[in-house]
Amino acid sequence: MNQHDTLGERLAQQGISRRAFLKFCTAMASMMALPPGAATAIAEALIKAKRPSVIWLSFQECTGCTESLTRSHTPTLENLIFDMISLDYHHTLQAASGFGAEKSREDAMQEFFGKYLLVVDGAIPLHKDGVYSTIAGRTNLDLLQEASKGAAAIIAVGTCATFGGIPNAKPNPTGAVAVSDIIKDKPIVNISGCPPIPAVITGVLAHYLTFGALPELDDLGRPRSYYGETIHDRCYRRPFYDQGKFAKSFDDEGARNGWCLFELGCKGPTTHNSCATTKWNGKTSFPIESGHGCLGCSEPNFWDAGSFYTPLSAPTVDMTKVVAGAAVAGAGVAAALSVADRAKKRRAQQSHEKLTTKDL
Amino acid sequence: MNQQTLLEFVRGPGLQIAAVVFVLGMVYRLLQLLLLGRKKNLATPRGSALRGGLRTMWHRSIPSPGLTSRGYITVITGYVFHIGFMITLLFLSQHIELLSAVLKFEWPALPPGLITITTIVTIAAMVTLLVHRFTDPVKRLLSDYQDYLTWILTFLPLLTGFLLKQGIGLGYQQMLIVHIITLELLLIATPFTKLAHMLTTFSARWYNGAIAGYKGIKV
Repeated sequence: MNQHDTLGERLAQQGISRRAFLKFCTAMASMMALPPGAATAIAEALIKAKRPSVIWLSFQECTGCTESLTRSHTPTLENLIFDMISLDYHHTLQAASGFGAEKSREDAMQEFFGKYLLVVDGAIPLHKDGVYSTIAGRTNLDLLQEASKGAAAIIAVGTCATFGGIPNAKPNPTGAVAVSDIIKDKPIVNISGCPPIPAVITGVLAHYLTFGALPELDDLGRPRSYYGETIHDRCYRRPFYDQGKFAKSFDDEGARNGWCLFELGCKGPTTHNSCATTKWNGKTSFPIESGHGCLGCSEPNFWDAGSFYTPLSAPTVDMTKVVAGAAVAGAGVAAALSVADRAKKRRAQQSHEKLTTKDL
Repeated sequence: MNQQTLLEFVRGPGLQIAAVVFVLGMVYRLLQLLLLGRKKNLATPRGSALRGGLRTMWHRSIPSPGLTSRGYITVITGYVFHIGFMITLLFLSQHIELLSAVLKFEWPALPPGLITITTIVTIAAMVTLLVHRFTDPVKRLLSDYQDYLTWILTFLPLLTGFLLKQGIGLGYQQMLIVHIITLELLLIATPFTKLAHMLTTFSARWYNGAIAGYKGIKV
C-alpha cells in the first residue's frame, strides 16, 4: 500500500462506509461553524485529498496530549485523524526506535520538503543552550528549527507548545518557551488545552485538507471556531450564575443542586475553549459536569494565574496584611508629622516676644 | 503582556498597590486632621458642643427648610446615588468575594437581578446630577475640574461593572480587566481628591456643629 495514497482509498480499504464518512464530515462542518452545504465540500475534498505527511515532535511535555488523542474515543473520529494523515514520525507511537526512528523523520523531511505538517507538543527549553530536553542527543530547539524549515505549517498541540504551559510556569528553571516564541516565519495554529480536545485537532486537519489552508485564528493563534466562545458562555450551569446561585463548597447543598462554581474558583468566564459543547470521553461530560470548576488550561499562564480555587473576582494575593500594614504606616506618618508640627508650634511660642509699649 | 498576565497583575500586585495608596492615604488624611489639635477654649460655654455637633450632623443630612425644587434634585438624587452605589458595592456576590478576602468575614448577597436594578438607578442618578451640574448656573459656577474628574472616576466602575455583568461590549476577560482597573483608579485617586469625603463628611459636620453648640448658637 502506498503510504501517501488518497484518503478515499484508505477509507475504502478499511471498510468505512460512505454514510459513516459523511456523518463525520457533517460533524466537522458543524464544529467548524461552516454552513451545512460545506459537509459535501469537505467530503469531496477529503476523499480526493492526498494524505499529508505529518512529523510529530514531542518536547518538554508529559505525553498527556498524545494520551488524550489516542485513548479518548472508541471508535472514532480520532482514529480518522490517523487515516487522514500519514504519521511519519511520532517517537511515542511509532514502531521504529533509535536510529531507525530518526531516519524516518529525516526521510520524511527530505521527501516532502515544503509540504509536510509539523505537529509539536511540549515546550522548548532555552536555558543552557537547551540541554534540559534532548532527543537522540539533539536539543529540542535544534530539532524544531530544523523541522520547521520544510514545514508547510506548524500545529502546536497542547498548552506547553502553544503558550509554554507548565514548563514555563514560575520560576521556569529551564527557560521553557512556546513554539511561536521561536518560529516566526511559518503559519502556526495553536491548539491549546491541557490536554487539548482531540476533535479540535481532527477539525483543523480536516479544514487543512479540505480548503488547503489553515482555519481562521484568534489573536492567540487558536482556531476561532473552537476557541471563539468561553466555557462560561456555553456552560449548562450558566443560568445559576445569572440567578446568583453559587456552590460555596464542593459538598454543600448548592454543589449537590449543580449550582454555578464561580465562587469555588471556576475560570470558565475567562477561558476560551469548546469543552462545554464538544465535551470529553466520547461526549460523556466535561469537568464542570463532574462538579469541578474550569482550570482555564487553554489560556496562557494558566498555571500562574492565582489559585484554581480563588474566585475570579477575588485577589490572587494576600490583601489583609498589606491593608493592615498600610493602615499602620498611614497612622505612623500622621503621628510623626503631628509631633513635628507640635514641636514647631512650641518653638514658635517660645521664641515669641511680647509686644510692649516701647515697641509702639 | 497578554490578557491573562494583565488580569493576574490587576488581581494581584495592582490591587495591592491601589489598596496601599487608598488605606495609607485615607488613614493619614483623617488622623492628620484629628491630630492637629485645638487650643483649649477658655470662654465659658453657652451650650453643649456635643449636642451642637450631633444636631448639625443630623441637620445637614436632611433637606433644609426653604429648599427650592432645584435643591431637591440635588438632595434626592444625591441620596439615590449614594444608597444605590453602596448597595451595588456591598451586596453583589462577586464584590463580597473581594471584600471578604480583605476583611475575612462574609455577609449574604442580594440577587443579581436586584443589583442590576440598583446599578441602573445609580447610573441614572449620576447622569441626572451631571446634567444638573451643567445646567444649574450656581452649581456650574461652583464646580471645578475635580468635580468632573471624580464623577468620571466613580461612573466608570459602575458602567464597566454593568457591561461586564450583562455581557455587553468586550469579552468577559477584557471587561473584567477594565472593571478592576477603573476600581483601582478610583481607590488611588480617593485620598487626593474630594472623594476623601467618604471619611471626613461626618467629622467635618461634627466640627462645625460643635463650635456653634459651644457658643450656644442653634444652626
